Amino acid sequence: MEVILQPWPWYISGPLLATTMLLLVYFGKTFGMSSNLRTFCSIAGAGKYSDYFRFNWRDQRWNLTVVLGAVIGGFLATQYLSDGSTMALNPETVSDLSEFGFTQIGETLLPPEIFSWDYVLSIKGLSILIIAGFLVGFGTRYAGGCTSGHAITGLSNLQLPSLIAVIGFFIGGLIMTFFILPLIF
Amino acid sequence: MKYLKFLLVGIFFGIVLVKSEAVSWYRIFEMFKFQSFHMYGIIGSAVSLGILFIWLFKKYKVQSVAGKEINLQPKDKGFTRYILGGTIFGLGWALAGACPGPMYVLVGTGVFSMLIVIAAAVLGTFAYGVLKNKLPH
Repeated sequence: MEVILQPWPWYISGPLLATTMLLLVYFGKTFGMSSNLRTFCSIAGAGKYSDYFRFNWRDQRWNLTVVLGAVIGGFLATQYLSDGSTMALNPETVSDLSEFGFTQIGETLLPPEIFSWDYVLSIKGLSILIIAGFLVGFGTRYAGGCTSGHAITGLSNLQLPSLIAVIGFFIGGLIMTFFILPLIF
Repeated sequence: MKYLKFLLVGIFFGIVLVKSEAVSWYRIFEMFKFQSFHMYGIIGSAVSLGILFIWLFKKYKVQSVAGKEINLQPKDKGFTRYILGGTIFGLGWALAGACPGPMYVLVGTGVFSMLIVIAAAVLGTFAYGVLKNKLPH
């Protein structure tokens, strides 16, 4: 049990992630979490504004069920399967983040400096979350997939478009991490 | 209960993402700083096994539960949409520290401010749908 409560190493987590993808493929579906964003728009009636949202969203109920499961899984993992230990981050990462003024680095999954309500309910904090979400939603649909659809499924299927998209993910991620985050914090 | 298996896969996915710390903003930052092998190990081992098994599925014409041959729909050919869309996605990924899968999982872990990020992601998707025909693909 103790082994389960501790964080899982990459060589356990990676194969289990591949299992998630392969199970969905075996069930006759694909692993793609960002498709649900399009489904949400369609349910909300966005079909009035663009044919991109005109499809039978009921065919996507299986994927919405995966989302519901993911939320439940997140709850179960934190409530019953975690020992609350501090993350074993690289000391250089911790020192880089201290320079941003972050204080409780690795004590929880997310930095309170971005996600706690004290910060979220400020103009700067709210802007960060809204801009980040907007970029993810716009970018993933423009690229036709996200980490699950392109990086895991697409690369596993040796698709060139997915490799180009993943290169894009890294171009964007590196620009944000090295140049923009230091300006924000 | 034909949706039960999808619910269980989702629960499994959520648990794996939390226990691997792949849902952590800190891990994503560390990955983009090239300061840890952790995330590369997760993605690399997942993709390596994925390549092997998808190849085996195709080679042995493994059938899905519905009795159909497994055939992943290839993405449309192109370059512009993948590199531009990918870069925009990457900017958001590194800022939020979460991509669409982890966003849902994190709500389950009790980070309710993530709902704002999800709402903004839905808005971003809506904006793409409206502007789709004006963008280079």
